[in-house]
Amino acid sequence: MTVIIGLEIHCQLTTRTKLFCGCSTDYRNDPPNTHTCPICLGLPGTLPCLNRKAVEYALRVAKALNCTVLEEAEFARKNYFYPDLPKGFQITMYDRPLAVDGHLEIEADNGTEKRIRITRVHMEEDPGRLVHVGSGDRPRYSLVDYNRSGIPLIEIVTDPDLRSPKEARRFINTLRTTLEYLGVFDGDREGGLRVDANISMERGSRVEVKNISSYKGVEKALTFEITRQRNVIRRGLSVERETRHFLEARGVTTSARSKEEEHDYRYFPEPDLRPLRVREWCDAIVLPELPAARRVRFADSFGVSPSHARTLCGDLKLADFFEEVVVCGDPILAATWVADTLLGEVYYRDMEIARVPAGHFVELLRLLKKKEITDKGGVEVLRAILDQSARGEVPETPATIVARLNLGKAAGDAFGPVIREVVESCPAAVQDFRNGKPEALNYLVGQAMKRTRGRADPKELARMIREAIGGSGVTG
Amino acid sequence: MKAQGPVTGEDPFNAFITRCEWKPGGKGMLAGIMVAVKDNISTRGIPTSCGSRILEGYTPPYNAHVVDLILREGAGIAGKTNMDEFGMGSSTENSAFGPTKNPADPSRVPGGSSGGSAAAVAAGMVPMALGSDTGGSIRCPAAFCGIVGLKPSYGRVSRYGLVAYANSLEQIGPLARTVREVSLLMEVISRYDPRDSTMGDRPFTPRLTGEVKGLRIGAPAEFFGAGVDPAVGESVREAIGLLEQSGACVVPCSMPSMAYALAAYYVTCTSEASSNLARFDGVRYGTPDDIRKPWHDAFREVRAKGFGEEVRRRILLGTFALSAGYYGKYYAKAQAARRNVSADFARIFRDVDVIAGPTMPTVAFRIGEKTDPLSMYLSDILTVPANLAGIPAVSVPCGKVNGLPVGLQIMGKPLEDERVLDVAYAYEQGAGR
Repeated sequence: MTVIIGLEIHCQLTTRTKLFCGCSTDYRNDPPNTHTCPICLGLPGTLPCLNRKAVEYALRVAKALNCTVLEEAEFARKNYFYPDLPKGFQITMYDRPLAVDGHLEIEADNGTEKRIRITRVHMEEDPGRLVHVGSGDRPRYSLVDYNRSGIPLIEIVTDPDLRSPKEARRFINTLRTTLEYLGVFDGDREGGLRVDANISMERGSRVEVKNISSYKGVEKALTFEITRQRNVIRRGLSVERETRHFLEARGVTTSARSKEEEHDYRYFPEPDLRPLRVREWCDAIVLPELPAARRVRFADSFGVSPSHARTLCGDLKLADFFEEVVVCGDPILAATWVADTLLGEVYYRDMEIARVPAGHFVELLRLLKKKEITDKGGVEVLRAILDQSARGEVPETPATIVARLNLGKAAGDAFGPVIREVVESCPAAVQDFRNGKPEALNYLVGQAMKRTRGRADPKELARMIREAIGGSGVTG
Repeated sequence: MKAQGPVTGEDPFNAFITRCEWKPGGKGMLAGIMVAVKDNISTRGIPTSCGSRILEGYTPPYNAHVVDLILREGAGIAGKTNMDEFGMGSSTENSAFGPTKNPADPSRVPGGSSGGSAAAVAAGMVPMALGSDTGGSIRCPAAFCGIVGLKPSYGRVSRYGLVAYANSLEQIGPLARTVREVSLLMEVISRYDPRDSTMGDRPFTPRLTGEVKGLRIGAPAEFFGAGVDPAVGESVREAIGLLEQSGACVVPCSMPSMAYALAAYYVTCTSEASSNLARFDGVRYGTPDDIRKPWHDAFREVRAKGFGEEVRRRILLGTFALSAGYYGKYYAKAQAARRNVSADFARIFRDVDVIAGPTMPTVAFRIGEKTDPLSMYLSDILTVPANLAGIPAVSVPCGKVNGLPVGLQIMGKPLEDERVLDVAYAYEQGAGR
């Protein structure tokens, strides 16, 4: 049964001030209602005054999504009552959005490139936020926080081109990366992205799932909804056309069959704002390098493998970090260490790439390049740096750590005693090797590695062991 | 700076909702002049009720742009004047604070909705006042009370701080006893404000020459047609005749779109109002009731209790006009009619410099006389075209009928506020005031 998914994605733009007033958008660590003014509180008599930077940001998005930008866009009022909506209407765009008919390439389930069509892109203001006081499903009352009221949002609507929850998730991730490359969005901001998903089984009714507010939530909500719809169909019933809410904590969607869902928004043009001439404006915008172009550049000018290039460029901060540390002189070594080793260690610590000291990392790469430490030793150095950074300390330099942990790749003869010890304590393995079992050498090298705590190069150890026990003629 | 008040004292015509003596002093073009401010214009520290119960207890934390401007020029504020609730009316009877009486005849209405501002000026309580005009709300009371009132071109005066009734139609404007005073107040309040995106930076340069030689005046037949009291029409024709004697010439013309103007106006203003007035839900300001109940119930109770009958009627009309399935039939059609009105004016203005006619079809009617809302709406027929087209229009007194003032309305090309005031000035001088 084919699954058909379309998304409506709301992203908070990272302008310094709100969409229609001068209040700061940096409210997340501040008490409620401290980033407000008469305009974003909707006090009687106030008028919206458009933040042109927000339009510029939104146009960057429209351009990056290959959209057709309209000659003129127009703000409209979406009328509905809700306690977090200070004016009783939301200023948005309706029949004259910024842009239509775009597309974004993502990686499909089968690994090929897939084009997801973008229906439209428009701007709107965020409402405030309700905080419910009291327990669970029956709060005693609600408080309103208007700090969020008036934050600029961009809404991106896709055609129903997505075919699985994984694909939807990948679309969102690709979009996030693109928006971050454009410098208009910060995916780490809590609540900065909200998704409504339209989902149906082939020839079935469309169900709208609202209220998805995390990256993981998209996949979870869709997976749940597909199972639910399949079960309905399996029981011989038909899926009802409805709006459902996603309850993140429980991972389920529930029907929202309450009165406030049956809206007639009574859209009409916002009389307090003039139409925006956006086509020419957009033509003048020069976009920064986007992920696809950067991937090509990483491959072409650094020789980075396609898979490493995809990983690196899939995260703006990671790609920037790579470009910072590529000065170590060995791009392929740098790519491997950033995309594989560092990324894993950073995920493990739930740490931001921005907190990794690039200078230290370059020095580490140089030590590796000069083979002054082994790969294993390098990982230990990296872990020490990350742990110290995570604790908020100024990390020690790689050289200091190497010396402290005695990780320096010692000169061959320094391991003489270790080799002798291994050979003497494992006569059976030695005998096996001499009898022509080459895998016995691996065992001996392992023993030696253990005793040198990883400071030695395994290849070097193998050579030395072979020398010590005399060849069987079998080449290692 | 804090308002000194509340001030009580004689207010025989119930012109004020709040009286105060806010005299910041200081020098400027309005130094020492006390100005009355319509109660839908925000004043920091002075309650601003819009004539409505729903805003009881609300004191704005900020000043409207025009209020900042007049204070900066040394004016004081004498108080906040009575009005039809949220500007919805043509008689100042629809106020939660009781009707205002016409100083020319206290048994009659002062017109509306800026009736308090006009009465305060006409009664000599203040030399100047600020009003707002959505469909005639400055010109109507100016005509009924026998003073001068200007509705500026759309976009000429900042609306920042004016509690919106119908954003695309309304402007704040000056009322005073003479054209010169109106011109002075206009010069101050028209200064640019980037907070109003519909405003342009077009400084007002007063130009009162009193010279009308060669001026071409259009007098559309529709402004003297059915529904216009013949005596009022006669008064106005005489006034236009006086301008002719001073060298102007009258060009006959017609304005067919007048047939749809009133309908276009009421659909537009009620639609916008239904949206503008949605914010009065009791959450942030107004009646401090306990609203810890399902929000549907709380909103319904606050709004049912707070809004008067006419406001509720217009909210319902506007909500209907914007509804899915009716938008095209009402709102969209009204906008088309509105464009026709603008086109008609543009066509007429190719041949004339100003258009003249009566401001109101009748003189002031008796308090309580018009009980049917439709007959009240009909009295706006001559004033709404200027709002639909965004052109400047002034009402200047031109004699009396049965002892009651008549207003001569002069409309001009978009942004030619200076010209309509100059023509009004010429008439005022010629009439030997």
